[in-house]
Amino acid sequence: METDQTILERCDLWGCIQCGKCTGGCPLSFKTTLNVRRLIYEALVEGDVNPDGMEELWDCTTCGTCVLRCPKEVEPVDVIVALRTELVDGGIIPPTIRDALTSVFRYGNPSLMQPEERADWAEGLGVKSISDGADVLYFVGCIPSYDDRVQKVAKALVKAFHKAEVDFGILGVEEKCCCNEVRRVGEEGLFEYVVEEQQELFSSCNVEHIVTTSPHCFNTFTNEYEGLDIKVQHYTQFVAELIDNGKLAFTGELNKVVTYHDPCFLGKQNAVYDEPRKILQSIPGVEFREMDRTRDRSLCCEGGGGRMWGEGTNPEERLATSRFEEVLSVGADIMAVACPFCLLTFDLAAKAGGYDEKVQVTDIIELVAEVI
Amino acid sequence: MGDMEATLVIGAGIAGMQAALDIADAGFKAYLVEKEPSIGGRMAQLDETFPTLDCSSCILTPQMVSVGGHPNIELFTYSEVVEVDGSAGQFKVKVRKKPRYIDVDKCTGCGICAENCRLKDRIDSEFNVAMGRRGAAYMPFPQAVPLKYTIDGEHCLMIQRGKCGKSPPCRDACPAEAIDFKQAEEIVELEVVAIIVATGFDPFDAQLKPEYGYGVYEDVITGLQFERLSSASGPTFGEIKLDERPIKDVVFIQCVGSRDRTLGNPYCSRVCCMYTAKQAHLVREKLPEARVTVFYTDMRAFGKGFEEFYDRVREERVLYRRGNPSEIYRRGDRLVVRAEDTLLAKPIEMEADLVVLAIGLVPREDADDVTGLLHLSRSGDGFFMESHPKLRPTETEVEGIFLAGCCQGPKDIPDAVAQAKATASSAIVMMSQPKDKPAADQE
Repeated sequence: METDQTILERCDLWGCIQCGKCTGGCPLSFKTTLNVRRLIYEALVEGDVNPDGMEELWDCTTCGTCVLRCPKEVEPVDVIVALRTELVDGGIIPPTIRDALTSVFRYGNPSLMQPEERADWAEGLGVKSISDGADVLYFVGCIPSYDDRVQKVAKALVKAFHKAEVDFGILGVEEKCCCNEVRRVGEEGLFEYVVEEQQELFSSCNVEHIVTTSPHCFNTFTNEYEGLDIKVQHYTQFVAELIDNGKLAFTGELNKVVTYHDPCFLGKQNAVYDEPRKILQSIPGVEFREMDRTRDRSLCCEGGGGRMWGEGTNPEERLATSRFEEVLSVGADIMAVACPFCLLTFDLAAKAGGYDEKVQVTDIIELVAEVI
Repeated sequence: MGDMEATLVIGAGIAGMQAALDIADAGFKAYLVEKEPSIGGRMAQLDETFPTLDCSSCILTPQMVSVGGHPNIELFTYSEVVEVDGSAGQFKVKVRKKPRYIDVDKCTGCGICAENCRLKDRIDSEFNVAMGRRGAAYMPFPQAVPLKYTIDGEHCLMIQRGKCGKSPPCRDACPAEAIDFKQAEEIVELEVVAIIVATGFDPFDAQLKPEYGYGVYEDVITGLQFERLSSASGPTFGEIKLDERPIKDVVFIQCVGSRDRTLGNPYCSRVCCMYTAKQAHLVREKLPEARVTVFYTDMRAFGKGFEEFYDRVREERVLYRRGNPSEIYRRGDRLVVRAEDTLLAKPIEMEADLVVLAIGLVPREDADDVTGLLHLSRSGDGFFMESHPKLRPTETEVEGIFLAGCCQGPKDIPDAVAQAKATASSAIVMMSQPKDKPAADQE
């Protein structure tokens, strides 16, 4: 990584007209001093930005709203990531994020978990290894592999795959972190190292299709693994197709009011808005209700961009908490998500705010698994 | 058609009308073809015009009447050019007159058909930009030229289903017996020396910027809708209101759909800064106590009297805040506009009762058909391309075909009129050439 270059040389910023749509739309802007529009101006005027002492750089969730809104195709978030890279290269990094990165390097996951335990969740489920040959590689991801709560999501997806007779396999203990967040906290070197390894591994699997649990893995495989010549889908896309083709049929009913929260890396960054809704609306009995801030106007849960491992400068008011007011206002019994980070942040916020008695936070596929 | 040299003008907005009038006044023939049931174009929809605050229809209507009554202008409304052959000096043109299902010679414009139409008030009025309704039998606006009714075949039950109750009430009621459901389309062939293209623009579809919730929130409207709301002939008779709730905070957002690379509309639409300033003035005039805020990125007041008007509007207590809002959402029963005030370098949330989006001008949806028909080119912005941006700004690569008004690029009324007069002059030059090329005529 060429960090001797200035921010202005590394990010393409001359197109900026300082309209403020980036900072104006930033979901964090009311709770941080981080102002990306101002950083761009500083880079343009001064030629460079000195990130020393800018703790607020770690507030950004890399949700991508600034990129989505920019009318001039500038990518404001790049400035933040580039400045983080400078900090990381200089060894200035919040300890919890440093630990996560070290863990990815050593163990292939950010959570200091043992690599040989990565596939323990699948024991007894009849999941085969991809090395035995299969049509589809199910890329599980770190959190669904290790986290008690999110393992249920992986298990639910396996149930759906079996029900629809999908020929799939997993990498098992060979699977490593996709490094989407690694790149976003500025550890470009580690990202490149893992990507190379991972791409070789994918190629050796002889599959034409990868399905991910997490929108974050989906995002980086689709947009950033440059040599990857395999079709990648988020599971909501894949499952929506299974339902469409009649391969996955429902046998039960779910008589609940359900709303859906768009994950940033699925919605705002990859424009996958319809498939998750299609799945929910096809579940018998479900009354689907849309929140006010939805699709392109959805709110960030504050779990991305390394924020799973770092609190940021203003930990008191979580965006996830304010989101529940909206969930309640539409009268939803269930808030469905489609991202491991969203699931964990909302689960936590629900418990902290006492919303868990009124609203159940669930991944879409868990709802599907209940009625097939 | 007579021996008179003629020019075809496509589109009867302010540019096309002006070109036709100049040609006709010079003693030549102008065939003026308009797709809609009436001439007048977009200008007919506007309330007052910037920066002089002339009432748009007050200055437009006399022009429309002159066009309608000019002996040298032959008007084809509710018609389209479908074929063009030949070359400069001898274009052969086919015009399709769509059936109106009303005999215009008999129709007196009394409106009894519209009163009795079973679809009355059930179709969104194009003229009122869906803020008002019409029937299948309708006249787009009261000053229409020709002052005749039209039955919209795409909605009319008789046309669509062959049946409208026991007997169509419009036909039963029409005292002039003008209604004729058997009317068919008609093709008219014309021969012309020159063609002036004045097909205009489309307003930007604000739903393509989903962050502003246009189409989701009824209190988010477009600049063109504001014109209708503010117009004395509009759906609220000029009152700025959407329902019974009082309007205390009005927010204008500039550059919606313009200067936007992500949409492929990288250009400035040139009129939005000033029409917004004018609309802010109208709000101030009609709602003296309202808080009026305009969000802008760069203010462009480059025309004659524009900067002075911008000064006036600010002095009328219209607050200009620098920053392009990023999102609109709802809080309780009010809208919240979220932006960064870039001069304060602070994120802000501003509550509003009415948000007006200053939508830009985009190439017409049918621009491709027109380029195909006339072998024109389009510039990078999608508008029709002139043959030289400096020295031949109203000519095209095709000899004898000229561009007037917004089909060539966004422009305000005086610029459109000036360009129209230039094209009329070019056409008149061509029509004035002595006719001594018998060889070419045999082609």
